[in-house]
This record gives sequence, C-alpha cells and structure tokens, in this order.
Amino acid sequence: MSVGVHHAEGVVSLANYVFPNDVHIHWSLMIVLYPYITGIVAGAFIVSSLYHVFGIRDLKPISRYSLIFALAFLCCATWPLLLHLGHPERAFSMFLTPNPTSAMAGFGYIYTAYLILLVHEILFIYRPTMVALWQQSKGIMRGIYAFLSFFNNNLSRESLELDHKIINFLAGIGIPMACVLHGYVGFIFGGIKANPLWATPLMPVIFLLSACVSGIAGIIFSYMLIKKFSGGTIDVACIRTSLKFLWGFFILDFVFEMLEVFTHYYMSTHHWHVLENLLWGPLYTTYWTLQVKVFSVIPFILLGILCLVKLKDRIILFFAPIVSLMILAQVLLMRWNVVIGGQLMSNSTRGQVFFTPEWAGREGIIAAIIVMTAPLVILFILSRIFPLWIHEEQPQET
Amino acid sequence: MEDIRQEIDQDRRAFIRKVLGGTIAGSLLLVIPMPASAVLRVAEQIPGMQEETEVFTKKRFVFVVDITACIGCGSCCVADKAEYNVPDGNYRTWVERYIIDDHDDVYVDSPNGGLDGYIQPREGLPHPTRDTFFVPKLCNMCEKPSCTQVCPVGATYKTGDGFVLVDKTRCVGCSYCVQACPYSVRFINPETRTAEKCTWCYHRVRKGYLPACVSVCPTQARKFGDLNDTNSEVWKILHEPHVVSVLKPDMGNQPALHYVGLRREVV
Ligand code: SF4
Ligand code: SF4
Repeated sequence: MSVGVHHAEGVVSLANYVFPNDVHIHWSLMIVLYPYITGIVAGAFIVSSLYHVFGIRDLKPISRYSLIFALAFLCCATWPLLLHLGHPERAFSMFLTPNPTSAMAGFGYIYTAYLILLVHEILFIYRPTMVALWQQSKGIMRGIYAFLSFFNNNLSRESLELDHKIINFLAGIGIPMACVLHGYVGFIFGGIKANPLWATPLMPVIFLLSACVSGIAGIIFSYMLIKKFSGGTIDVACIRTSLKFLWGFFILDFVFEMLEVFTHYYMSTHHWHVLENLLWGPLYTTYWTLQVKVFSVIPFILLGILCLVKLKDRIILFFAPIVSLMILAQVLLMRWNVVIGGQLMSNSTRGQVFFTPEWAGREGIIAAIIVMTAPLVILFILSRIFPLWIHEEQPQET
Repeated sequence: MEDIRQEIDQDRRAFIRKVLGGTIAGSLLLVIPMPASAVLRVAEQIPGMQEETEVFTKKRFVFVVDITACIGCGSCCVADKAEYNVPDGNYRTWVERYIIDDHDDVYVDSPNGGLDGYIQPREGLPHPTRDTFFVPKLCNMCEKPSCTQVCPVGATYKTGDGFVLVDKTRCVGCSYCVQACPYSVRFINPETRTAEKCTWCYHRVRKGYLPACVSVCPTQARKFGDLNDTNSEVWKILHEPHVVSVLKPDMGNQPALHYVGLRREVV
C-alpha cells in the first residue's frame, strides 16, 4: 500500500500530524468491494421480490434473472474478505468461536442463512422448469436437473400451489433478510465510535438504500447488455418500471447521504472540523467531484426526466444503461469514500494521509478486477443451467 | 621416562573425565530446572507480585504518565522496540512533541515515533515558540475496550486482572480492532500478519518487574503500580490533588492510563 503523509506547502503540512500507526490503510480495496458486492446481492433480491411479493407485474421478465444474478454475486461475497484477512485459514473460527459482541462475527451466519434461503427460493421458483429440462436432457445434465428438482417430477396443481406458497414464504422472509444482510454491513462501519465518518446511526440506512440502488442498476444494465449481445428483445415496460424504482430508491439514498453530511455541518461538533478537513482535503475529488457532482446529480436529473417526461422507447433504451452504469459507479465511489475515506483521517484529529491503491498483491487493483469479474463468469455458468428468461423455456411459468 | 608417560596418561584421563563430567553436567543444567534459590533473583519491582499464586492477581494496575516530567529522550521507545522486536514503522508506544507558538498555533510531530529522541529543535515553524512539551502514548488498557468488543474471534481479550492482550495464534488479521481503537495504538505486524499493541509488559509484570519503558525512563515520567496498594506512588498521585486526566474521555473507554498535567491540546 503506498500511503504517503501529505506534504502540502507551508504551515498546512507542518500542522499535519498523523498518529504514527495511522499512516497504514488496513482496509483497502477488498473492503471497498465487500459491501459493494453484498449490496448488489441485496438490491437484486429486492428487485425480484418486487415482483414475487409486491406483485409489480412489469418486473416479471427480470424477476428470475435477478435471483440468479444475486446468487452469482453472493457466491463471491466472501472472496474479498478472505483476500483481506491476514490469516484466511483461520476464518472459520468466526463460525466456531464467534465473539458475540463483535459486529463482524455475525457475517458468517447471516451470509450462510441468506445463501440457503436464496438457493431454495431459486430452486422452488425454477422447479417446473427444472422438471421439464430433466425430462428433455440426457447424460450428466439429466442428473443435474433431476437433483435440482429434488428428484420430484410431480407438477400437479396441488404440488405447484404448495411450491407457490413456499416461494411466497421464502421471498417474504427474504426481504427482511436482505435488509439485515446489508443493513448489518452498514452497522460494521456505523458501530465504530472511533471514526467520526463512520459512527452514525444513519450508516446502516444509507448502506441499505445504496444497496437497493446498486442492485436495481446492476440488473437493468446487465439485462440490457445480455439482451443486446444475445439478440433478445428488451421489455421496455419492464425497463421503465425498473427506472422508476431506481429513481425512487436513489432519491432516498442521495437525500440521506447529503443529510448526513449536512447534519454534521449543522451540529458543528469537534467532529465536523475533522470531517471538513477530510471532505475538502484528500477526499475532495472522489467525494464532491465524482460521487456527488458527476455520479449523483447527473443521474438524479436524468432519472427524473426519464421517469416524468413521456419519452420514446428509443430514448429510454438509450439512456437506461447509461444512467444505470453511472449509478453503479456512484455506489462504488460511495463505498470507496466511506471505507477508504474513513481511514484517511487520523485519530489525532490533526492530520490526514493520502492513499493510492497498488496494482499487484492480494488487495491490489488486479485482484479487485478479478473479484468483480468472477460473479459475471459464475452468472454465465449458472445461465447454462438455469434459463434466465421465462420465454426461453417450456410453457411452464410461475 | 615411564613415570613421565604415566603421569601424562593420568593427566589425560583426568582431563577427559573432567571434560566429560563438565559436558554432562552442563547439558543436565539445560534440561533440569534449577532450584529457585539458585536463579539470579532480580529484586522485585512490584511489591508482593512474586508471591502471587493465582492466575489473575487481585491487583488493580494503572499506568501514570507525567507530562511535566517527560524530556522526550526516547529511551522508553528504544526499550520497547528492543523488548518486542517491533517492526519498523509500527509503534507499540511513541512520544509526541507539542509546540505552541506565540500565535497559539499548535504543532505536533513524532518522527519515527520519537525513537531517536528529540535532540534537535523543530525547524521551519513560522512563529517563535511559546511553549513545548512531550507526551508519551501507549495502550490505555481501557476498562471498556472497543478493541475486544469488535474482535470477531475473541483473539483480543481482557484478562481477569485488567490487561487487554492479543492472542496471535487466534487472530485472523481482520484489522477490525485497529479501526476500533480510538487511540490508534494497534497495528498489524507485517511479519505475523496479526494485530499487536502495547501489553504494559504483561510478561514482566507477572514476574514482579516493571514494564520495560517504566524501568528505563530517566525522569520517572512513566509510572506503573497497583491502585489497591495505598502506599504505591500511583495511588498517591491519583488520590492527591493533582491535575490528572485521561485521553478522549468522551469515548467512554475509561482508560487505566492516566496523565499528570494533561494539556487541552493533547488528543
Ligand atoms: S487503548 Fe485501544 S487497544 Fe488499548 S485497550 Fe483501549 S481500545 Fe484497546
Ligand atoms: S485483527 Fe485479530 S485481534 Fe484484531 S479484531 Fe481481527 S481477529 Fe481480533
């Protein structure tokens, strides 16, 4: 990690004092990606629940895809953590001998519970499809599909109704669990009283809202991308509705993010003096310029126009992926600014450090790119087993 | 000639016997523990400590740093680095230099954690210095430590007699404790990849010796003792009218590290 104490000209640098142990940035890129990935998982799950639980019918075309998308990312959610740990081989102790007062100790349990839930939800939703594919396919795939349909090819009315009840139940408990999964990640930061940037009860809320936002944006973007390359037709009504939800969640997210800073400013406790130096110091570009001005204000206005003005399909289809990508960047920047930003100010309250991530190494940029590409590879593999789109399969529907 | 040869032979035999005996005895000494009376006994520095038989003592240890006495020589930092082989760039303890100029601006620095001692005055400051002092820092051994609260595996824990320690064979190296400590006394040891911090020399204290930094401080700016012992110096300092305070009291950590003459500039 190349961290240098900033040596600005003159008195500023003379007055800059960082505690000797504070020049190291211990939580770097991997801990930026960790909440980013879990956020996408939670958000994607919420998209599917909007259809399955809240009956938003327009979202039907992406309701299954978003579950598989969530699963692909969930498979990789622990990677950044393991890459970050000094002793990944001991990671299992968090399960076996957890410290009940630690916010971090719960992650393994919450993660596992959520994984189990998500897999079951997917299997029940896909059961009719799996049964159909089981009957059609041969060789090893036949075995896989038989396994995935619980070796049960009963597709009678009663059995489908029962499936449906189970799906509703799983989706129902899935929503609070997705919220817990990500609200909890926010709490990991929000519970650190030593850090004035993190220590706010708003942290879980902001993390949760930004999770929803990144999940929806990720679904819109990848859905359009896949359709574009696989030559399918994009359901414009679905995109329009998704954009509405994206806008709605983003309004809440952005407003809370700004309110948090404003509240600090308004209260002007001694913490504000530290935060001010941070936000207008080492964090200025990534926070104000990129996160707020470029990647929040612009998509905010764009989304408003896309949702409120009657626009042609063509325009929607042109702007939707752009806006989604910008929102994805916004959330990534937000994670960066929280995780890295929080460590750039020293507990001495008198100084800051600057941080540039390294390329190589376990927590370097290359590793980060691999970690972010892996879910896409997994998504591709999963798509070979689970048909992502409803029209690709036999008449069966849920 | 014969007698001479005999004598030499005898000498040789005696010599070999002696060497063998010495070697065996020497090796035995290495394996058989010596009786306590034979060990060179360093005078006990913490009264009553060597008689303690319990796992956790009933003593209530506190650390007192007298800011008015510290001369910034850095001996404590040197002793600490030697005691623990602390990797460069990481600090279990350090000494800060505060300079207040006649415009009331405060300048703090701690080059190399104060290891080299503050031999030269600080250069480049824009105004004449009004006041200057040194502040040694170390683990606060909080009554309510944030580090133990957050450790996911309980690798950092509080002993029955109030020491906050790290078990490096359990630590997963997540750095959560480093983030949680309001005093930034923790670091991740690059060699062991586990968390590390000042222990108030638990291993020495258990044997009745003062922490390394305390025993080398030439001005007794660092003091260590038992609050249950009303004869101890620390008891007197904390019970007599002195200007005593702790760092960041609003964090609610309730440090057992107290500062005599703490100034408001100190964070
Ligand atoms: S000073 Fe920091 S490391 Fe020491 S006990 Fe308190 S919180 Fe833990
Ligand atoms: S770095 Fe080690 S001691 Fe610190 S919280 Fe993580 S596991 Fe516990």
